[in-house]
Amino acid sequence: MKAYVAQAKSEIRLSLTQGESLLVTILIPVMLLLGFSEVKVLPLPQGVHSRPEFLVPGTMALAVMATGMVSQGIATAVDRTYGVLKRLGVTPLGKTGFLYAKTTAILVVEIIQLAILFFLGLLLGWHPNGNYLAFVLGVILATVAFSGIGLFLAGTLRSEAMIGISNAFYLILLFLGGMIFPVSSLPTVLADIANILPAQATSQIFYHALGVGGRITTSAWVVLIVWAILAPAMAAKFFKWES
Amino acid sequence: MAVIEVSDLYVKYGSKEAVSGLSFEAEYGQILVVLGPNGAGKSTTIESLEGFRKPSSGTVKVLGLDPQKHQRELGKKIGVMLQGGGVNPRMTPAQALALFAGYYDNPLDPKELEQSLELNHVRRTPFRRLSGGEKQRLLLALSVVGRPEVVFLDEPTSGVDPAGRVAIRELIAKLRADGVAVILTTHELGEAEKLGDRLLIISHGRSISYGDLSQIKAQHSQTQISFRSSSPIDQDDFETNLRVPLERPFGNDIYIIRGENSPELVALVTRYLADKKVNFHDLSTSSTSLEDIYLSLTKQEGSK
Repeated sequence: MKAYVAQAKSEIRLSLTQGESLLVTILIPVMLLLGFSEVKVLPLPQGVHSRPEFLVPGTMALAVMATGMVSQGIATAVDRTYGVLKRLGVTPLGKTGFLYAKTTAILVVEIIQLAILFFLGLLLGWHPNGNYLAFVLGVILATVAFSGIGLFLAGTLRSEAMIGISNAFYLILLFLGGMIFPVSSLPTVLADIANILPAQATSQIFYHALGVGGRITTSAWVVLIVWAILAPAMAAKFFKWES
Repeated sequence: MAVIEVSDLYVKYGSKEAVSGLSFEAEYGQILVVLGPNGAGKSTTIESLEGFRKPSSGTVKVLGLDPQKHQRELGKKIGVMLQGGGVNPRMTPAQALALFAGYYDNPLDPKELEQSLELNHVRRTPFRRLSGGEKQRLLLALSVVGRPEVVFLDEPTSGVDPAGRVAIRELIAKLRADGVAVILTTHELGEAEKLGDRLLIISHGRSISYGDLSQIKAQHSQTQISFRSSSPIDQDDFETNLRVPLERPFGNDIYIIRGENSPELVALVTRYLADKKVNFHDLSTSSTSLEDIYLSLTKQEGSK
């Protein structure tokens, strides 16, 4: 327990003091929310009354994705490359303790991110009107799915490759994720691809849970659940503790 | 029960055998040095003890446990210094020491460790910006902060300047004095000779010598008497009179009598040379150093 607390504190501090990491986890979602609420260039889904109504859940989805897949993924790849994970195996913390501490850090960072976006949304005149139970469930599933993808990449790639690839995925999924403009405004081929990716499923669930109400489609739940099972399973199968 | 018991250890990477049939033991309050050239299998050996490598056959016991199965449990009682890694590159020595101290129930005071390993001046410098020697000293500090019973150090002084080496050796000697069992690898003889109580010399994954340092030295040490003489010596007459072989290995004025350097023999030789009116100089007795032993042993092994 003592080792877990020490590790969790250290993980949280490292996450919140890394410039590049804060850029993708907090700064970019905040800028996109503020920017596209004011600059009215991007298309909106039908039936949306105000821009924050769409952009708050969308940037929240981006934030969750950034933490699990990019920030923690890169941190884990660096730790693996530098022998940190190997060394942890022979401490009282052990590999299991490390995973618990990592999960704690991810959840703490997400709570901070979501709180910032939530209050900024309120300042922008957003009226959340939602199903918080579905939202929390969505956050948990998305965290599992994106952390799984992050760990799978981190456990197989060297840190330099991980930085490039995870940032590329971040950009691609930002555009194919229905986070700042609806997937329906993409060409049909891209929209079809987007619909089976975890980003679009996450933003859909967040949007319907927090925004205009409306039913969350079964397909969004199914896609996210499948990713939440598949990604960690792949990570568990291919993860190498030593580089 | 010995602290560490290894018998007939084999480790393979794919089809390549990295360690072939090592057996050795280590005790509390003793330093076991695993010595060998680069690529001899030193790291593989020590990592088998730490639970990172799976033996393909043979048994490894640390504190009576199988390190592969009980790595985390052993993590409470052993300290480990990996070769060149184990700390997040953004972490400072102060943060890393506080974190590792946080893993253990009754850790040493991180401040005192910083002091004794001369890390105070860099305690707020990120790991990636430390010099090679500072990194090694921090990794050593992290391996002992939990008051371990057994410490494994893989090349602890590599890349460390002379002053840093002294600090590291002092800490290792203190561990021994406190009753800790220390296992360290090195490819440097000076290091082995200064620190080791017991020595395991390996080459190509095989043990070529194992035992107490003094024992190994006695076993392999060669003694000789040598001198120079500008006037020729009748070797046959010399050998008939003194009953020891006289060699002239280089064909010049150097003569060597191998195998013995007792005062009696020196007296007999000088008596003989005086009787024959031979003018000799540079008379000396010597015994082979650990370096000669090591080089000849690893050479023999290499030529097999």
